[in-house]
Amino acid sequence: MRRGWFLPITTALGFGFLYGPILSLVIFSFNENRLVTVWSGFSLKWYGELFRDPQMLSAAWLSLQIAAVSATIALVLGTLCAVALVRFKKFRGRTALAGMSSAPLVMPDVITGLSLLLLFVAMESLLGWPRGRGSLTITIAHATFCLAYVCVVVQSRLVDLDLSLEEAAMDLGATPVRVFFDITLPIIAPALISGWLLAFTLSLDDLVIASFVSGPGSSTLPMVIFSKIRLGVSPDVNALATIIIGVVSLGVIAATLLQMRRPATKQGRG
Amino acid sequence: MARKPEIAADTRPWRDPSAKPFVRIRDVTKKFGDVAAVWNVSLDIYRTELFCLLGGSGSGKSTLLRMLAGFEEPTSGTIEIDGQDMSGVPPYNRPVNMMFQSYALFPHMSVEQNIAYGLKRDRLPRGEINDRVAELLSLVKLEDYGPRKPHQLSGGQRQRVALARALAKRPKLLLLDEPLGALDKKLREETQFELVKIQESLGVTFIVVTHDQEEAMTLATRIGVMNQGEIAMIGEPTDIYEFPNSRFVAGFIGSVNMVEGVVTEDEPDHVRIRSAELGCDIYVAHGVDCAPDQILWWAIRPEKMQLSREKPEASHDANVTSGVVEEIGYLGDMSVYQIALDSGKRIRVSQTNTVRGNPDAITWEEKVYVSWGDNAGSVLTV
Amino acid sequence: MSIHGPALHPGPVEPEKAASRREDAPPPPRPWTMIERGLAAVGLSGKALVIFAPALWLTLFFLVPLAVVLQISFSIKEFGRPPYSDMLSFAEDGTVQMTLHLSNYMRLFQDSLYVSAYFSSIRIALISTLIALLIGYPMAYAIARAPDRWRNILLMLVILPFWTSFLLRVYALSTFMRGNGVINNFLGLFGIPPIQMMQTDFAVYVGIVYTYLPFMILPLYTTLVKLDGALLEASADLGARPWRTFVSITLPLSMPGIIAGSMLVFIPAIGEFVIPSLLGGPGTLMIGRVLWDEFFANTNWPRAAAVAIAMLVVVVVPIMLMQRAQSAVVERR
Repeated sequence: MRRGWFLPITTALGFGFLYGPILSLVIFSFNENRLVTVWSGFSLKWYGELFRDPQMLSAAWLSLQIAAVSATIALVLGTLCAVALVRFKKFRGRTALAGMSSAPLVMPDVITGLSLLLLFVAMESLLGWPRGRGSLTITIAHATFCLAYVCVVVQSRLVDLDLSLEEAAMDLGATPVRVFFDITLPIIAPALISGWLLAFTLSLDDLVIASFVSGPGSSTLPMVIFSKIRLGVSPDVNALATIIIGVVSLGVIAATLLQMRRPATKQGRG
Repeated sequence: MARKPEIAADTRPWRDPSAKPFVRIRDVTKKFGDVAAVWNVSLDIYRTELFCLLGGSGSGKSTLLRMLAGFEEPTSGTIEIDGQDMSGVPPYNRPVNMMFQSYALFPHMSVEQNIAYGLKRDRLPRGEINDRVAELLSLVKLEDYGPRKPHQLSGGQRQRVALARALAKRPKLLLLDEPLGALDKKLREETQFELVKIQESLGVTFIVVTHDQEEAMTLATRIGVMNQGEIAMIGEPTDIYEFPNSRFVAGFIGSVNMVEGVVTEDEPDHVRIRSAELGCDIYVAHGVDCAPDQILWWAIRPEKMQLSREKPEASHDANVTSGVVEEIGYLGDMSVYQIALDSGKRIRVSQTNTVRGNPDAITWEEKVYVSWGDNAGSVLTV
Repeated sequence: MSIHGPALHPGPVEPEKAASRREDAPPPPRPWTMIERGLAAVGLSGKALVIFAPALWLTLFFLVPLAVVLQISFSIKEFGRPPYSDMLSFAEDGTVQMTLHLSNYMRLFQDSLYVSAYFSSIRIALISTLIALLIGYPMAYAIARAPDRWRNILLMLVILPFWTSFLLRVYALSTFMRGNGVINNFLGLFGIPPIQMMQTDFAVYVGIVYTYLPFMILPLYTTLVKLDGALLEASADLGARPWRTFVSITLPLSMPGIIAGSMLVFIPAIGEFVIPSLLGGPGTLMIGRVLWDEFFANTNWPRAAAVAIAMLVVVVVPIMLMQRAQSAVVERR
């Protein structure tokens, strides 16, 4: 209803606020000067420095591995959880499962991290497993909180799913498991993909939980970045950020274009 | 179809050239981009009329209504309501209220709050608002439903709340967008009469948009048939049905048999049309404004023709043809016969079933004669 | 239907065809049938497994850890591995002694640091949520009302920052706001002396709004885009001016989006550690940071556990109850 200057200007300022810092980060990654905010000339030297930093490279590799494995575990368990909650209306402990699968979403990272660390320490002294802490414990921790996110994403898709499709398959003689693999899985595949990507990103992004449950010699990328930027400005972090932003932007733009070109399968917007 | 209330001649201001119209629409065009949704429409509507805009989807009837309400501005042309030019007047300052097709009841407000909404905007005192709301609730027979929320009502009740809300501010003009469209058939027929009763008792001018010709015929004092953004015909329901001015109007309302023909005799008191499709001549007992040998169309309603086994007396050696019964649709009160004429053209003839369980009724595969009166059909040049 | 085929043809069936039909009867082994048979052999129905696997994982790695935290919050710091006292001690006469130390909890109330950290966390989260709402609402409204071809692009621009690293975005903001950062350099062009923005509560507000603004915009957008335009027209038709329509129709009907968006900002903000530690000053007290310091700097695990339990009781449990109440209301509609 309200046309005028207010909405466009607020929106433009809002996007300026969101993108200003990111753009300056990208621009100053090509700065020759060590001071990230004083422009002195174009240079790619920080990119070179980044790729010669063994600590950064090994942390990045470790983070990618942990993210891939924990996202996959979270995908499988989260999907099962969503199927249980949406499809099985009545079973003992349904409320408990629903609570456990949504609580991690509101749990502060510090609590999740601390509680898992205390668990791993107690288990080690009681059972002798897991011996020490490192990539295994980080993976378990990440899989746990990512599971909740996958579960939410898949749940919302399953709720929308037309039950008569599954009933039609059963009517034509398919067993429940077969129905799941033949009908349900292909239809919810987009939700599974976005759930996996979400879990992967969250794992790659996590600093707090990983800091609690990691051990010596297993520093993830966010941990390395955090210790660097805590000490002040470091231009090679700018270079790393530019690479990450570039990759993510390409991915998101490609996904959006694909979605826009494909005729909408769901009715309505959003 | 229900009998319309009798209207005395003096209550038909559109027949009086000196009467002052209440709503004057002059040369209104509305374009969305390059597409003209409404094209050069001029229309006068008089006080206390119940005017129906009838047309298919995309005919521009809703756009015309939205321009009256003020949601769209005409690209060109003027709209006057009660002598006041409406251009540039926002919806909230117009003496007009609208009943929306979806009813647009505010879901977070109770029935009372919905009805009181417009009154509150006029800053009426609380007591007066409460009285008016109670009055409207009793008008639409929903006295006990005031505190309910819209989602707790049935479709018919919601429709009545929407009507009450739109009437609350005593608008001079009420616009109704498909007011009965969301109701099922039985409820629709009941509500039609209620709507007319309320309109007559309050003396408000109604403009109703509908795609349902039966609804338009039942409700309206006059109908404006719209086609592709233009007004195809304006007239009383009987005019529209019995004397359509074009092939579009004849075909849009009711069922009709339409044939092409050539004028062979063109006299001031009659014309003769030769139609190869019918396989006979058509004799029309009035003059028609046309050229000799002009190709034109002749339309006749199925109930205006008679069927017989024996060839009836043909006056002027015309208006009788023959064919074979192909299909019979038994509707109870009448039967619709589909006749294949000798030319291959198929026509429909309906006959009232006056005899109970008639064993002698015309049946399938019979050869029959079809005949009609001199003035039973309409000659159409466009 | 084809199964009944032979019966309709009483003539002799050729031997080859008969053989091929017989082969058709059991379906060829496929992964899913094998999975089903395998499960049945172990005595597990598919349904039980579907429920059991995630339930087991969540119990082991979500529920049990919280119990461990609760247990350790009742012990005291000791030097050793692990650095806390055992709850159970076995005496030589065969009795088991359980020691519950309440000192950690008492400390939480005695030391004003903890109480003020809780209050300050809530204050900072509330103020940031409010700012995010004030910025996010007009943006969501503008996107919802934008022409179709613009809407997807604008939405993408809102979502995109979320997929990039959270940590790096906070870092970007810090380079923007620091003493010799972009903003102060810009102000310097007009002769305005640099403003101290970093290491203040203000920087923390900006940081939270900056990182969580997309979470505010998306739910608001979803409710606003579903808002029926006819309702706004009906309101105008009944005499309401645009601002009135906004207050009495748009705002109340977008309340679910306002609540959802506010929750999505408030919840992560209240336990935030990274933003206060990178952008805030030494005086910026937030409970997540206190817990972190208690654990890493003081290595007082039991105290950290008590802080966590108090945080659960004071903050997380009310939020969960609120969410349940809200979803119950939504379901009843």
